Amino acid sequence: MEGKMQNLDMKHRRRQSNTKNVSLTIGIVLVSVVLFFVVVGLFWTPYEPTAMSAALKNKPPSLLHPFGTDNMGRDVLSRVMDGAGTTFIISIVTVAIGLAAGTLIGAFTGYYGGIVDEILMRLNDTLTSFPSILLALVFVSIIGTGKYNIILVLGIIFIPSFARVVRSEYIVQKELDYVRNAKLLGAGDLRIMFVHILPNTKPILLSAITIGLNNAILAEAGMSYLSLGVQPPDASLGRMLSEAQTYLLNAPWLALAPGLMIVFTVLGFSMISENIQK
Amino acid sequence: MKKQGKILLALLLIFGISVFTAGCSKNENSSDGQGTDGTDGNPTVTNGPVSGGEIIVGITQDFDSLDPHKAHAAGTQEVMFNIFEGVVKPDKDGNLVPAVASDVAISEDGMTYTFTLREGVKFHNGALVTAEDVVYSLKRSAGLLETVDPEVIVTSALSCISDITASKDASGKDIVTVSLSTANTELLGYLTSAIIPKDYENQANAPVGTGPFKFVSYTPLASFVMEKNPDYYGVAPYLDKVTFKISADTNTAFMELLAGGIDIFPYLTSEQASQLTDNYNIEVGTANLVQALFLNHTEKPFDDIRVRQAMCYAINRTEILDMVADGKGTLIGSNMFAGFAKYFNADVVDTYPHNIEKAKELLADAGYPDGFEMTITVPSNYQFHVDTAQVIVEQLKQVGITAKINLVEWSSWLEDTYRGRQYQTTIVGLDANLAPSDVLKRYRSTASSNFLNYVNEEFDRIFALAIAETDDAAKVAYYKQLQEILANDAASVYIQDPASYVAVNKKLAGYTFYPLYVQDMSKVYFVK
Amino acid sequence: MRYYMKKIISLIMVLFLIMLLTFIAFQVIPGDSAASRLGVDAEPEAVEALRESLGLNKSLPERFFSFLGGAVRGDFGNSYQYSRPVREMLAARLPVTVGLAVISILMIVVLSVPLGLLCSRKEGGVADRVITMVTQTLMAVPAFFLGIVITLIFGLALKWFVPGAYVAPEEDFGGFLRYMIFPAVAIAVPKIAMTVKFLKTSVLRELKLDYVRTARSKGNSERAILWKHVLKNALIPVITFMGMVIADVLAGSIVVEKVFNLPGVGRLLITAISNRDYPVVEAGVVYIASVVLIVNFIVDLLYQKVDPRVRIK
Repeated sequence: MEGKMQNLDMKHRRRQSNTKNVSLTIGIVLVSVVLFFVVVGLFWTPYEPTAMSAALKNKPPSLLHPFGTDNMGRDVLSRVMDGAGTTFIISIVTVAIGLAAGTLIGAFTGYYGGIVDEILMRLNDTLTSFPSILLALVFVSIIGTGKYNIILVLGIIFIPSFARVVRSEYIVQKELDYVRNAKLLGAGDLRIMFVHILPNTKPILLSAITIGLNNAILAEAGMSYLSLGVQPPDASLGRMLSEAQTYLLNAPWLALAPGLMIVFTVLGFSMISENIQK
Repeated sequence: MKKQGKILLALLLIFGISVFTAGCSKNENSSDGQGTDGTDGNPTVTNGPVSGGEIIVGITQDFDSLDPHKAHAAGTQEVMFNIFEGVVKPDKDGNLVPAVASDVAISEDGMTYTFTLREGVKFHNGALVTAEDVVYSLKRSAGLLETVDPEVIVTSALSCISDITASKDASGKDIVTVSLSTANTELLGYLTSAIIPKDYENQANAPVGTGPFKFVSYTPLASFVMEKNPDYYGVAPYLDKVTFKISADTNTAFMELLAGGIDIFPYLTSEQASQLTDNYNIEVGTANLVQALFLNHTEKPFDDIRVRQAMCYAINRTEILDMVADGKGTLIGSNMFAGFAKYFNADVVDTYPHNIEKAKELLADAGYPDGFEMTITVPSNYQFHVDTAQVIVEQLKQVGITAKINLVEWSSWLEDTYRGRQYQTTIVGLDANLAPSDVLKRYRSTASSNFLNYVNEEFDRIFALAIAETDDAAKVAYYKQLQEILANDAASVYIQDPASYVAVNKKLAGYTFYPLYVQDMSKVYFVK
Repeated sequence: MRYYMKKIISLIMVLFLIMLLTFIAFQVIPGDSAASRLGVDAEPEAVEALRESLGLNKSLPERFFSFLGGAVRGDFGNSYQYSRPVREMLAARLPVTVGLAVISILMIVVLSVPLGLLCSRKEGGVADRVITMVTQTLMAVPAFFLGIVITLIFGLALKWFVPGAYVAPEEDFGGFLRYMIFPAVAIAVPKIAMTVKFLKTSVLRELKLDYVRTARSKGNSERAILWKHVLKNALIPVITFMGMVIADVLAGSIVVEKVFNLPGVGRLLITAISNRDYPVVEAGVVYIASVVLIVNFIVDLLYQKVDPRVRIK
């Protein structure tokens, strides 16, 4: 009986480590592809991303334009290389802001509970309920439109979800034995919160980060669509995808490159994070 | 690599559908101007109209009010045209023809308008239209009632009306007289406002008018239904019932068109129109807008005429048309749309042919040999203008001008750009009432709508002459001269009167373009 | 009892706070309610007159408290744009949004829990790998894009529904449900993907804990361990996540409502914001805040049910 159990366990592990290697490799490859385009795009693109040509409107993929051209005859590949960088920065910084502030709030509220919890969580609820478009409009009227504005707005919008997830983790973890032991050994609250508990929330946090990155890319698309994000003729992946909507029937390739880029990014990060967790 | 395969498959599927739908739809019926005289076997030519039937018309704007005097949105007015009529109403050529009034007389001095009311005109509720109703309606829309409802929109042009009275002429017919305090021979274009029953309170929920269709129901954000008015005094409509269906946006409506859920849809882009030719006739008309890159004359460097002229030379309007509208649309050179043919000054269209060298010279003259930086403010809800702006940014690069696009919400545009005049340049399309003075009024130096801060005394002087002029030929000459002044001043970079694409179910005919924003359903009919 | 009192007080506080914030936001952003209503052709005097009649010229505190007073009585006044009672406008759209939310939440719960458990039980197996890849790919597709693809495939190619031909529930309830299934799928799919991922992470982490090892060594079957011990603990973060998802769905999805032409709360709110229709926005925000608070309250109660270690003070 005991032996069989062990055997099963071994098999399980082997299978796990196999999967782990394969999916980690795929994840790294996907993210590398995206990063490659982003980095190269900083210095060089096949064509000027904003250069137009009436003769080249909505041309399907060809050797000269591997992902075709858009409704203004601009090279889609060049625009994707340019736009991916923008999207990348926006989503990473956004998640970083949401994560940092959300973790702090979540840790304190979850750990201490009581009145601090009540006040911060109610502020959190307020922020969640506040329409993000209205928030974005307020920021636009204070600091103007553009990349940094959108980062700030999305960052703030992302705080509540991180805070809630972290809080629920802390509520559970603080009752566990290892925390009690640490307390008995005289560890301070801050030390317990960030040295003892925080590492244990890593798996959930990584999930939340992956989902957050994904949501940030999508939210940026939504904001751009409402004119509050990246201003044309600058590109971002989300903006390109929403612009492709109009031409989906006669120029479906417009959605291909930005779509693939988004899927690569999200999938890649997700696969890597899953393997870090183990 | 499985998941990439998934997405590819999905995209291939989309592609497949697109090839499938686009396959047999290469011949676009694109007759310029009015009517459908393009393809062979066109129903209008071979088959006569059938009376009866129901259709669904797609629109994208919700109604701002069902009370005709409180509605300002073009999207509301284009529908209400079917329900309401004024003493006069526009026809498809832009002439004003008698409606509730059977006869109109304007005095020689332009101080008195006399309307003889048509006999036996009935409101949709069955009551006869009385002279009192007409006086009430005109007074209400001119803001002359004793208790003024602030939501009623009063056009400033009507402020010259001093009194409106009812009387009877020798033969006992009802007469309504409009007296003015200052001479104006063009007021008729503003007197198209709806005639409504005097003591009817429920106009905002169940509108009652005299038009060829009567109101049935309205569901906000969903639909507006109307049916044939059997008592209509004029040519009765063919259709029994028309439903205006409010779609979220053009893209949503486009999907519905592809599925055959809408019979008529008026706001297509050229790209969308070309994908619909299987089940729809595509009618092409003009949008009756002045689309321009408007310049703020008090903002540096646009206070310098050389800079403004340089901008005009630098911007290639033909290329804009090719880029954003498949080459369709009418080039303009001043603030008048081509659809208003009588007053349109075709001579100024090519005042500034595309010429980069000349633009650079002028810029150097003005002290900007290396160009300058500028911002184009564009209301974000108009993709057409946003696209135009992107093309202009590219074109201006060639003369060294670095332009940046600033998208704003429509409400912000209204407040900051239009009323606040806080902008450098902006792209919009301006529409107008059926009076030439309405199209040009904002360039008067004192006009509250002069968001360009344009000042030219000569313009003000001739504008005043034009309004008071009673001789038609002289009037036309004045208005053409005004357009020339704007062109020579390079008041703005006038681009085009955009083309308007309308999809009409192949079973239908009779769709008619107006030189106004109007969807006239009384002329639409099913063919045999 | 004291607990519920406290909850109700904090609910009131949050509602007050959010109304105040919305009010302030409307002072900060450009755009004027009266000017937006009257449009390009109106004279400044006309705009001024309408401002006066809408009460926009009163002092800020006066305006806020008169609005607040109305809201307390459940009366949000008339829409600036449509001159109709706000309550009526909101009530007309609620069935659409709530109906959509209920259908999509059902889909999320019914599909994501079994899928998530399947993935974590057979971690690394074929099922897990396929499900993970499919869900993660779907997670990356923006909602509007998914909506369009659904429209293209099921609406145009297969003709299972007519795109845009929304049927009101009072007209034909069956037709309403039939139409709502497609937008509900567009909402549910990415959320299912996220929930599966979340649940899987949570279960796997629990499985590594000591008590599972103990249970295993005692000879409990994997299935028993999963159902009896692990799931309960693993559900806590998932409940939080689901709470956020549900609140989100109930708030109305602007994008999906647009693509499928549904007259829901999301579209009402965004139209009102762009028209500067303040009373409608306030009412919409109060609705969303109430939903968020109530859902969070239920989530808190569930914590306690699932995990007795969490005590409500």
